[in-house]
Amino acid sequence: MNLTLRIWRQSGPDDPGRMVSYPVPDVSPDMSFLEMLDVLNERLTLDGEEPVAFDHDCREGICGACGMVINGVAHGPERATTACQLHMRHFSDGQTIDIEPWRARAFPVVKDLVVDRTAFDQIIAAGGYITAPAGSAPEAHAQLVRKSDADAAFESAACIGCGACVAACPNGSAMLFTAAKVTHLSLLPQGQPERSTRVVGMVDAHDAAGFGGCTNIGECTAVCPKGIPLTSIGRLNRDYLKATRDRDGAPGT
Amino acid sequence: MAVTGILLVLFLIAHMLGNLKIFVGATSFDHYAHWLRTIGSPVLPDTWYLWIQRSVLGIALVAHIWSATVLARRARAARPVRYAHRPKVQGSYAARTMRWGGVIIALFVVYHLLDLTTGDLNPVGDPRRPYANVAADFAPERWYVTLFYVVAIVTLGFHLRHGMFSAFRSLGQQTPRGERRARAVALGFSVALCAGYLVVPFAVIAGLVR
Amino acid sequence: MELFTHGEPIADTKAPDGPIETRWQRRRFGAKLVNPANRRKLTVIVVGTGLAGGSAAATLGELGYRVKSYCYQDSPRRAHSIAAQGGINAAKNYRNDGDSIQRLFYDTVKGGDFRSRESNVRRLAEVSVEIIDQAVAQGVPFAREYGGLLDTRSFGGAQVQRTFYARGQTGQQLLLGAYQALERQIGLGRVEMYSRHEMLELIVVDGRARGIVVRDLVSGEITTEYADAVVLASGGYGNVFYLSTNAKGCNVTATWRAHRKGALFANPCYTQIHPTCIPVSGDHQSKLTLMSESLRNDGRVWVPQRAGDDRPPREIPEDERDYFLERMYPSFGNLVPRDIASRAAKGVCDSGRGVGATGLGVYLDFADAIGRLGRSTIADRYGNLFEMYQRITGEDPYEVPMRIYPAVHYTMGGLWVDYDLESTIPGLFVIGEANFSDHGANRLGASALMQGLADGYFVLPSTIADYLSAGPFEPLTDDHPEVAAARNDVADRLARLLACNGDRTVDSFHRELGQIMWDHCGMERSDTGLRKALAEIRSLREQFWQRVRVPGDGEGLNQALEKAGRVADFFELAELMCVDALHRTESAGGHFRAESQTPDGEAQRDDDRFSYVAAWEFTGADRPPVLHKEDLDFEYVHPTQRSYK
Ligand SMILES: Cc1cc2nc3c(=O)[nH]c(=O)nc-3n(C[C@H](O)[C@H](O)[C@H](O)COP(=O)(O)OP(=O)(O)OC[C@H]3O[C@@H](n4cnc5c(N)ncnc54)[C@H](O)[C@@H]3O)c2cc1C
Ligand code: HEM
Ligand code: SF4
Ligand code: FES
Repeated sequence: MNLTLRIWRQSGPDDPGRMVSYPVPDVSPDMSFLEMLDVLNERLTLDGEEPVAFDHDCREGICGACGMVINGVAHGPERATTACQLHMRHFSDGQTIDIEPWRARAFPVVKDLVVDRTAFDQIIAAGGYITAPAGSAPEAHAQLVRKSDADAAFESAACIGCGACVAACPNGSAMLFTAAKVTHLSLLPQGQPERSTRVVGMVDAHDAAGFGGCTNIGECTAVCPKGIPLTSIGRLNRDYLKATRDRDGAPGT
Repeated sequence: MAVTGILLVLFLIAHMLGNLKIFVGATSFDHYAHWLRTIGSPVLPDTWYLWIQRSVLGIALVAHIWSATVLARRARAARPVRYAHRPKVQGSYAARTMRWGGVIIALFVVYHLLDLTTGDLNPVGDPRRPYANVAADFAPERWYVTLFYVVAIVTLGFHLRHGMFSAFRSLGQQTPRGERRARAVALGFSVALCAGYLVVPFAVIAGLVR
Repeated sequence: MELFTHGEPIADTKAPDGPIETRWQRRRFGAKLVNPANRRKLTVIVVGTGLAGGSAAATLGELGYRVKSYCYQDSPRRAHSIAAQGGINAAKNYRNDGDSIQRLFYDTVKGGDFRSRESNVRRLAEVSVEIIDQAVAQGVPFAREYGGLLDTRSFGGAQVQRTFYARGQTGQQLLLGAYQALERQIGLGRVEMYSRHEMLELIVVDGRARGIVVRDLVSGEITTEYADAVVLASGGYGNVFYLSTNAKGCNVTATWRAHRKGALFANPCYTQIHPTCIPVSGDHQSKLTLMSESLRNDGRVWVPQRAGDDRPPREIPEDERDYFLERMYPSFGNLVPRDIASRAAKGVCDSGRGVGATGLGVYLDFADAIGRLGRSTIADRYGNLFEMYQRITGEDPYEVPMRIYPAVHYTMGGLWVDYDLESTIPGLFVIGEANFSDHGANRLGASALMQGLADGYFVLPSTIADYLSAGPFEPLTDDHPEVAAARNDVADRLARLLACNGDRTVDSFHRELGQIMWDHCGMERSDTGLRKALAEIRSLREQFWQRVRVPGDGEGLNQALEKAGRVADFFELAELMCVDALHRTESAGGHFRAESQTPDGEAQRDDDRFSYVAAWEFTGADRPPVLHKEDLDFEYVHPTQRSYK
């Protein structure tokens, strides 16, 4: 099939950037979306133009590196699918496809479709962990975990940190990402001691990074390739309210 | 947001129930309006309660709009460059119309106060005869008032539908079953409230109230 | 020109001798310590943030060293380890099914076809137990049973259920555990993180590894970074084949640059070809996707009995199907180790019985399992894998059997290290898939995650202290001659790549190189094929340096330039792999020489001549490498011909 791509080109952080059209002939329906961009890039290179920069690595939907807004939808039209796992069979001959980077102040554009997502790492560094230095761990079976809790923790832990939730959120909020980690860790017994400091630290880091506030709209879950549920944000809110209430509360509260 | 919103919701319920007294008859409705001004007496002097309620609501409303503004400004700052391809709505429309919906409702509230509280914009405008004021408002030849009222109430319905769900979530509702319940309650409540507010003008038009 | 020359033998001098059960304990006791106040004065560079590098950097940070950590991705959480699916082994014996440290040790040595070092493997088996404790404490959500205990399954040819897993995303969950620990150290200021930085050269001063030259991939700036020791955890080199299950950015650059500076490269020809990958669909194919090995627990592998039978699979009656693994290996059936399953699949496809448009595929059928266990059980076990398959191929594996074909997956070879995980350059440590150490000629399923974390959390942090206790070393500056030379080399190479301005893209060269390697240095290797490959690689490498076109400049993000540098190193590595494969005229594990097979077509080892590690020394890009042999002694597990019949 033949397609027209309109792609955001921006040579660097200081370039204002613009949409540029490229015809791409002979696209096979078995190609992945990124393979289609590879084909375009091969041609641009030989024509002496700069290829389109985009992040990608695993191409299996797990590393979270890839990400672009395709026709207004983060990761494109297929639900629960990353851009790298999106296949061209979901598009039709003659279609025009708009491709843009994630847009958020906290994710500045590096070049073309590549953005800087360091803010996510900062949120994790502010509390998204369980303190367990190597060597200090008790025997794994010393603490049992209800299967339902372990399974639910897993669901949230499946977040790949891609940033689609931010890209789709009308508020530019990263609450789904933050809540996924809070939920993962607060569902497990190992995560209890740091439960309050974790949520407060992470939410503060989230706000400091310049993400917007959450108004529970739900665009994030709709585009999330891992289907992280909106309920996790409720869990975060509950933990946050409790934590700010007991912030300097006495031990044992 | 959630706390101020809830205060407003409580008011909306009370207000709707009060409005529905219009069906009981002009005297009863007028009496209700009058009673509003005397609640609390003799402990409180006349209209004190009303002023307490008014100020709580006023503060709630200001705080509500203020937090909404903060959120909106943060949202704008969080996305300095807009998308060229306007994203389509994947979640709910109610959620996506909170801000403009809120503004419409606020404008309506202003009009509403000038109309029925101070009477400046009311054709009858007699504070002692609220029943007549209302009946005059929705007279068929003043269809545009009715239309505005209907639009505002439907907008309010949308606003409440997402707002209530959102408030549950903000206050920590966290399970999938709870989510389904919260959505159902929000929807049911908004529909009921809309209906409650809308029967009044329609009743006036239909001639049940005159 | 000779292919290679012989050098002095080498040996591991760090592992204590005596009873193997206490070697690790004795080594730890014998190693020097660094007192906590001095650790702050010692800097360690860790290249790579996968399971190995991430866990090492976090642990070194916890111990109080100053750590600088590097990865080429935009976040340490995206290292290739994230993609591991199936699970991680540990000798916990929670199942009471006869597992033990001794058995895991035994299985790993045997699975590696008796080409690994006993001391290392024994230690790996011991440490495996601690890894699970560590991961659970970090909140890794492993699968659990209803009683709240950890669930385990059997995996890749093991007869005990010792594999711990988190759905089909074990690597992701373990890596996130390490990543979170790493981020904690970053937050505390003990680890400095440099994402989107690529190591392009090793700095060796006075015979010690003292730093690296890196390129900031965003600004294009080339900087030198110093430390008292350098740890490479940069992963495997499977991408030399272009198509592999590795992430697109996986590369050999970090280890190859160290090799060029004097670190020996061991057993480069040992590559693992994984039997269950989604077949190639066309020329545009950019990578291959693994379908977890765990699928073979319930799926049955078959092809039509008749060559050229192109009926849809469901229309082929039972008695016209060949369940070839069950037929050839009755006792292990569909669960034979990877190398064996892969070769068997290649065999049936070569005989014209392959399925799918290209004829390069075999069926992996779940119809029986669905009939026996029900669709929902199968969905519970493999749901996400089935979805992934359907997303890629457009076919529903609940209805139509999957099509699978082998693909390059893992590289057992890597930089040579001793028991302390130190390379032949003092102060250069190599961990994870980047070293050669524990898997011999073939890696067992679920053992790479185990090794990466064993190295990073437990082994390296103990052994590196022995080296660091001699530090801090003399401070370096950019005008030191060795430093300036390393830095200039990097700048020159990049300039040369940019200046070619030829008529072919980097990818076109990489594809062609990959095809040569797959054809001649893939699942089956022969003298003639390998010689042909060597000639082809050399001429392609020359062309590359004349005809490659790298658009743009070195300032700022330039993904074509990154790729070009990696492919340039793959060319040199590819030659060494072919030389290694050519010199090893036996078959062992993932290395199958057509000339060395048993009468029924199984790999035939030659222990008399080849029971050694081949460690290669670099002498120049067009000069023959030097072979150093490390003899392997088997005191505890006696070499036998592997048999899975
Ligand atoms: C699809 C797939 C599934 C697998 N499943 C399993 C499984 O179920 N069980 C199992 O045990 N094993 C499995 N493996 C193998 C296992 O995942 C890997 O061997 C292991 O994760 C390697 O970890 P590592 O830390 O050594 O390297 P990697 O995770 O590859 O990390 C390499 C790191 O080095 C960095 N890096 C590389 N080069 C440079 C450079 N030049 N400059 C700076 N940084 C650099 C990268 O950024 C990255 O951070 C699987 C592998 C694949 C491909
Ligand atoms: C400019 C005007 C307004 C704006 C921008 C606005 C915006 C919002 C927003 C963003 C929410 C969602 C809060 C959340 O996610 O927690 C909300 C909720 C709500 N709003 Fe408004 N609003 C406005 C005016 C009004 C008015 C005039 C009323 C009532 C008469 C009202 C009643 C409510 C109620 C009842 C809720 C819901 C429940 C809650 O969150 O507790 N709003 N509003
Ligand atoms: S929550 Fe979903 S959309 Fe957001 S970063 Fe995680 S996986 Fe991506
Ligand atoms: S490239 Fe890894 S998720 Fe898409």
